[in-house]
Amino acid sequence: MIAPDDPPILRVTALAKHYGARAAAIDVSFELWPGEVLAVVGESGSGKTTLLDCVSARQRPDAGRVEFLTRHEGMVDIFALSEAQRRLLARTDWGFVHQNATEGLRMNMSAGANVGERLMALGERNYGRIRQEANDWLARVEMDVARIDETPVTFSGGMRQRLQIARNLVTRPRLVFMDEPTSGLDVSVQARLLDLLRSLTRQLSQAAIIVTHDLAVARLMAHRMIVMKDGRVIEHGLTDQVLDDPQHPYTQLLVSSVLTP
Amino acid sequence: MNAPDRSAMPPAAYARTWETNFNFAYLDERSKRMIRRAILKAVAIPGYQVPFGSREMPLPYGWGTGGIQVTASIIGPDDVLKVIDQGADDTVNAVNIRRFFQRTTGVRTTESTAAATVIQTRHRIPEVPLSAHQILVYQVPVPEPLQRLEPREVETRRMHGLSEYGLMHVKFYEDIARYGHIATTYDHPVMVDGRYLMSPSPIPAFDNPKMHMNPALQLFGAGREKRIYAVPPHTAVESLAFDDYPFAPQRWDAVCAICAAADSFLDEVITDDRGGRMHVCSDTDYCRTRQAAAP
Repeated sequence: MIAPDDPPILRVTALAKHYGARAAAIDVSFELWPGEVLAVVGESGSGKTTLLDCVSARQRPDAGRVEFLTRHEGMVDIFALSEAQRRLLARTDWGFVHQNATEGLRMNMSAGANVGERLMALGERNYGRIRQEANDWLARVEMDVARIDETPVTFSGGMRQRLQIARNLVTRPRLVFMDEPTSGLDVSVQARLLDLLRSLTRQLSQAAIIVTHDLAVARLMAHRMIVMKDGRVIEHGLTDQVLDDPQHPYTQLLVSSVLTP
Repeated sequence: MNAPDRSAMPPAAYARTWETNFNFAYLDERSKRMIRRAILKAVAIPGYQVPFGSREMPLPYGWGTGGIQVTASIIGPDDVLKVIDQGADDTVNAVNIRRFFQRTTGVRTTESTAAATVIQTRHRIPEVPLSAHQILVYQVPVPEPLQRLEPREVETRRMHGLSEYGLMHVKFYEDIARYGHIATTYDHPVMVDGRYLMSPSPIPAFDNPKMHMNPALQLFGAGREKRIYAVPPHTAVESLAFDDYPFAPQRWDAVCAICAAADSFLDEVITDDRGGRMHVCSDTDYCRTRQAAAP
């Protein structure tokens, strides 16, 4: 469990991002501890994805700081690192699971190559070991290992998402960013994928930030959640607390809009 | 564009057989100076692709416009030029480029590898080891080794800048998974001086080891892509591979049918329409020299 005086793995302070005159994120601050899963919820256009992109250094914010707890140098401002260091961080200690698997995968290369790419980028030069790791990870994400040499083009949506997860987790990152990882999948596949993600993040004690518009996903996966509207964080707290006793009128609306069959 | 036959001329006439309406070596001096600056930079950063203002040459792209611009910029009146295409001195591309320089510079030309000071080549490195007084100029169609894997040039330049070459091994991984071996037989990418990934131009993988620690200067010109790069003398050139699937260029069960060489790159020539075939040296000068030396 998390000790109260452990340092956070990620600290975001007063982050802001504008597109021209339009603000996509204003004054966003939060901390994330090792092994913790944070959900970012809100309607589309509320700045969730912009926030994720800024925090994962895929975009540079206009203001604010994003600090990450590196393995050897303690807390560092990720935008003060050189591009080479930042890219190394993104390939080793971070993972990024895209909503659309075609963005996160090399669609014309085999599943094995997709899983092995990060290892080769880190200098692994032994085919046998790469293949073994790829096999292990396909099994861990409950994929058919016999399909290791097939390209993701032939895979179903759920399998592509599993492959994307395997490809990211192969370097055992300590922080994974997920942008709507389960939307666009049918509910039974969604449920199995969420189950898998939950057990993997727990086993590897990974921290994760999940952007989602689906409150059920947040409820199932996240320890804490933040609610965004028009680029601002309007509510922040433990998932159950926010969902069961929403304080902000917008959160109340959001929670009451959920359809329950 | 036939050059006059010099052997039948008296020396006084010989001195004026090349075109005096052109500047020496066709290109104007400023263009040559610009190309030389690119070459110097390329030599200073082994394997790095230096952009340059490629000029129109009287030759279509893909026929060696990069190579002849490099040769035109480095050639002097005392040089001896050899031009080969797939190892042969007598193919269309080689003959035309050789005549072009005969006509625009009047330099001596040769078919002997050992006698040449500048060798322009397409797709081969000569079998005879090169020496320190020689320069090998390669014609390069595609200078970027990562182009087929990553089409965005902004991205490939960044990958070179940060030395992120994992993608090349992803391609090799795919080859092994699919064919059981690394399936490049030509243009096999190399690591120059432990830093830059480089395309060796479409030479056979068989020739890759000759680039390593070669005493000659190796220059690469890509005219259409407007890039020049270089391997300075005595520079480490390593062919990429996996630890457990080492670099293995092709071998032949046969020897050369003409000179019996067992150590040269062989072309398979079909001799009739009944399945008759023979293996012969691709390097015509090497084969001829061996025939002459044989008893």
